[in-house]
Amino acid sequence: MKQLLTFIILFALHTTVGAQDVTALINKVKAKLDAVNDYEADGKMKTDVAFIKAPLGRVKVYFKKPNKFRLKKEGGISLLPKGGVSVNMNSLISTKDFVAIAAGESVVNDTKVKIIKLLPGGDNSDIVLTTLYIDEANLLIRKAVTTTKENGTYDIEMTYGKFANYSLPDKVVFSFNTKDYKLPKGITLEFDDNKKPETEAEKLRNKKGRVEITYTNYSINKGIDDSVFKM
Amino acid sequence: MYKLIQIELYKIFRRPRTYIAFAAITALITIIQFGLKLDGNTYAEFMMRDLSSSITIDGNILNGYLVCYIMLQLLLVHVPLLIALIAADMISGEANMGTLRIMLTKPISRTQFMLAKFAAAAVYTMMLLVWLAILALFGSMLIFGTDDLFLMKSSYVVLLKNGDIFWRYVGAFGFAAVAMLTVAALGFLLSVFAENSIGPIVATMSVIIFFTILSTLNIPIFNAIKPFLFTTHMNDWKEFFDMKVTDTNESIIGSVLRPEKIINSILVLLIHIVGFVTAAILIFKKKDILS
Repeated sequence: MKQLLTFIILFALHTTVGAQDVTALINKVKAKLDAVNDYEADGKMKTDVAFIKAPLGRVKVYFKKPNKFRLKKEGGISLLPKGGVSVNMNSLISTKDFVAIAAGESVVNDTKVKIIKLLPGGDNSDIVLTTLYIDEANLLIRKAVTTTKENGTYDIEMTYGKFANYSLPDKVVFSFNTKDYKLPKGITLEFDDNKKPETEAEKLRNKKGRVEITYTNYSINKGIDDSVFKM
Repeated sequence: MYKLIQIELYKIFRRPRTYIAFAAITALITIIQFGLKLDGNTYAEFMMRDLSSSITIDGNILNGYLVCYIMLQLLLVHVPLLIALIAADMISGEANMGTLRIMLTKPISRTQFMLAKFAAAAVYTMMLLVWLAILALFGSMLIFGTDDLFLMKSSYVVLLKNGDIFWRYVGAFGFAAVAMLTVAALGFLLSVFAENSIGPIVATMSVIIFFTILSTLNIPIFNAIKPFLFTTHMNDWKEFFDMKVTDTNESIIGSVLRPEKIINSILVLLIHIVGFVTAAILIFKKKDILS
């Protein structure tokens, strides 16, 4: 009985200490992110969704604290997955009301990371669960998997370079699930039926979409007008 | 020969019927442009209702290039009727008026006479298409502006960059010219058989409707004959608006998905034109002209 009680007390202590550790780590990551009040970045966006044929597009990304974010294509029409791309690191951990749970360690792109699961405290948040893969040595989020109420689950993978000191990635890859797209041939007036039926492997591949943004330049803490974020 | 064509063109453009086609195209395009200008966004939202549940589309979707594409989809199906009005009247109209015999007393061969008639019908067809291009493409570019072209196919969407669109329209109108010349050649052939205009005009439209239905029906037994029907190939101008993609699904700017299909369709249509005109000349040469 005594042994069981000791085990329960030790386990409870370990869990509490672990939770405090990961919360402290998140706060450190957040403090590093907080050094950036606003930024404007140029980038190239590549959309890889099975039912979208689109060329590479030049984009401009704007961010302003606390979590204003806008991605604009320079001229032309932009196609973006709903919800996912507008999520940035600040929006993922900007809220103070969350429960952090340590979920072990892993490796992302040859970098050792800590896995932390974030559960939002309130019921109103669109995010249901976020899993962060944090590079503890550099205080950088290398990967995040976010499940939302409205827009499903998406992965965000980041590669850092010369702006790592500001926690700003050189490349961001969003992966998300896509829905089937079909339009009646009567509307498109296409009656050609030469298309081969898809194989099961193709169907599976087609369910995943990717948007890749490679940033070429950042302009940090130079001030951005709020009108930029108005749609 | 040049003089003969001039005379035939003079006759075509002296008839009020000729201008019905130009007026009809003007009225249709103006109405579509007016409707889309007033309530085009509702139309665009309706078209994209499935897509917008998972994708956010930002930008000027309803620009001149898309408006022109929508109009070409609708009009290129009906323009053959307007072409048949003139082409199917070229010989039968003369027979109806009783001027055919008098014309053939002139020192010109029947082949020359027929070639001049067809050339005049071809010029009319080209002028109709140029008018269509001026109103549908340049008019829409002026009214709605230009931007990227966002096209919705039945199983995927295509986004063409602004700078990669105009040449595609030049190609599409060039292709449409060949397709419409095929209709003109068919009408011209049928006009040899009749002594009034209504018969060949109705017959031309009936053949086009009948073949179009065969081309669009997805019944395996008809699939074997589809490649030989000119109506199967007439809609391939749309091929100019599809791109090749790389292994990573990145569109290749300036590419066409199936150029071989366009070339094949043009060849089939050219064979039809040559076949119809040759047949018309051969039949006319042996015909006993009684009117």
